[in-house]
Amino acid sequence: MPLDIEMLNFLDSPNFVSLAALEVGQHFYWHIGSLKVHGQVFLATWFVMSVLIIASLLATRNIQQIPKGMQNLMEYAMDFIRELTRNQIGEKEYRPWVPFIGTLFLFIFVCNWSGALIPWKLIHLPEGELAAPTNDINTTVALSLLVSIAYFYAGFKKKGLSYFAKYVQPTPILLPIAVLEDFTKPLSLSFRLFGNILADELVVGVLVLLVPLFVPLPVMLLGLFTSAIQALVFATLAGAYIHEALEGHGDEHEEEHA
Amino acid sequence: MDVSSASVIAAALAIGLASLGPGIGQGNASASAVEGIARQPEAEGKIRGTLLLTLAFMESLTIYGLVIALVLLFANPFVK
Repeated sequence: MPLDIEMLNFLDSPNFVSLAALEVGQHFYWHIGSLKVHGQVFLATWFVMSVLIIASLLATRNIQQIPKGMQNLMEYAMDFIRELTRNQIGEKEYRPWVPFIGTLFLFIFVCNWSGALIPWKLIHLPEGELAAPTNDINTTVALSLLVSIAYFYAGFKKKGLSYFAKYVQPTPILLPIAVLEDFTKPLSLSFRLFGNILADELVVGVLVLLVPLFVPLPVMLLGLFTSAIQALVFATLAGAYIHEALEGHGDEHEEEHA
Repeated sequence: MDVSSASVIAAALAIGLASLGPGIGQGNASASAVEGIARQPEAEGKIRGTLLLTLAFMESLTIYGLVIALVLLFANPFVK
């Protein structure tokens, strides 16, 4: 879903000192075969991936009984993710989903914060600009489709074809709504993340355009906060959807009291 | 009125109207959270966490409006 976008005229006009150019929808295209891909997203994503991989390697290289430094940080993150997953999916079945939810959370979190914390603007691309990879709708759609696949997989693995019973479970009248829900889930997941991150960057960009110094700082801090919350929300919702697929309508109550 | 000026008005309306409902909702949620904290101060941490999460959900409704507004401004399918 490439957004081929033209800039608002006033942002282009020479009256504004171009301290911050907002380049919504201008992309650094790479041609791979017949595909046109957004190169700037790839570059930023690779950066995020290498940060995560290096952090994990550093944390696990020299594991000690009493953690310190990097290992301590990663153990804290691990605990946090495990708690999150357990709260959503439940004591019995959360274990195999910790890696998936954790990867989603860490990837989105580092993506969002990289957009705000790393001075990408210093690196000039021929076209487009480097920013948080999550401010491209392709990234967020891919992530939310992964979540869709994950919860279908979870449901099928546990219940086989009787997974489809949940569509007609209380009453078949609700079938269209139940089917529709499978489409709105990835739609809302992807739009929420995309919109929030893009909105953050736009607000900061516009403020920097108007007042370059100091004034955008509080908004940037707010941006950091909402980015973190959005990563949390995405991971939480992924967990909740998987939980929903794992649980039927019938055994919901006994699970909760167990 | 041509399509582009209609789009600009529509974008403004989209974000403005989309912020009405979530605004009311966030106000209600925060009010209840404050009430809950006043009633049971020891549960503050838990209430705050849940509140932030629900606020983010309500916020996302406005963000949908914002996405529509951005599409109308930057990627309008009806212009050209």
